[in-house]
Amino acid sequence: MADTTEHHQLEHAPHVHVTPLWIYIAVFLALAVGTIVTYLASLVDLGMWNTPVALIIATIKAVLVILFFMHVIHSTRLTWVTVVGSFLWLGILFVLTFADYLTRGWSLFK
Amino acid sequence: MSDMALGNEHHHHHPFLQHHFEDLGQQHEASTLGMWMFLCTEILFFGGVLCAYWVYRVMYPEAWAVGAHLQQTGWGATNTIVLIVSSLTMALAVRAAQLGKRGQQLGFLFATLIFGTAFLVVKGIEYHRHWEEGLFPGSHFHWHEHPELAQKVQLFMCFYWGMTGLHALHMIIGAGLLLWIMWRAYKNHFGPEYYAPVEVMGLYWHFVDIVWIFLFPFLYLIHEVHHG
Repeated sequence: MADTTEHHQLEHAPHVHVTPLWIYIAVFLALAVGTIVTYLASLVDLGMWNTPVALIIATIKAVLVILFFMHVIHSTRLTWVTVVGSFLWLGILFVLTFADYLTRGWSLFK
Repeated sequence: MSDMALGNEHHHHHPFLQHHFEDLGQQHEASTLGMWMFLCTEILFFGGVLCAYWVYRVMYPEAWAVGAHLQQTGWGATNTIVLIVSSLTMALAVRAAQLGKRGQQLGFLFATLIFGTAFLVVKGIEYHRHWEEGLFPGSHFHWHEHPELAQKVQLFMCFYWGMTGLHALHMIIGAGLLLWIMWRAYKNHFGPEYYAPVEVMGLYWHFVDIVWIFLFPFLYLIHEVHHG
């Protein structure tokens, strides 16, 4: 987004932002490490924290893929709004569903 | 493509600039935004299944932990790494297209196709094993280790087959799209001015990777629940 001024020099062409190779390699390594950590964390008894830890690592991995592999970090505001909006609606789906199910303790949960 | 012929009439125009766009930049933005709109529907599509999965996981934690332990974690972890590598090669294919390096682009696209296929082969090995072990839901289901949990484990396996099946279907579609993009790359269609199809292909591929990033811990790595 910050580079829109350069964009005007090439009026007819898309603004090409070539991500440096090391960023792709670094993101890949982070994803691989995340996978290994998820696996190792599942072997340890973290009590109630096993599920949140797995969810947090998966979310971090997803954000890395979205920002760098999917180039959202260099995309237009409209794309940002679309991406953030998607997850906002996903959040609504989960929050409203669980606001219902998790408050039905008298019938469903022992 | 018929756009080629069109390009000759309007000699200023890039052969792949469609007439309803001002310029290639605008066309590129529209393609990317359109793909993200589609991915938005995909996020909610998989989100709906995941939401149902979590409702039952909260209801039947023991059965879900048992179900996850019926999976071969090694195969699941291998496939996670395979898919991450394929995402890297896909990202590098887009980069090669941006730089106008046709050979590199074809190489990385081919690598992505190979890793994607490897994922599907591993998935097939797992499916075969589950089928042999009677872990396919329905009349074929023969898992009775804990009879009181059998029905609930069967429900877990419904989610397992459904979610990984939908994911595998996306992978197969992705592999088909890759072949088409490879054909166009071979025809030298892409370069710094026009690489939107490769970029959009990448968005789809990475999205399918993200789905698996969540499916792996959800289906293979549930820690035993210890509560009274």
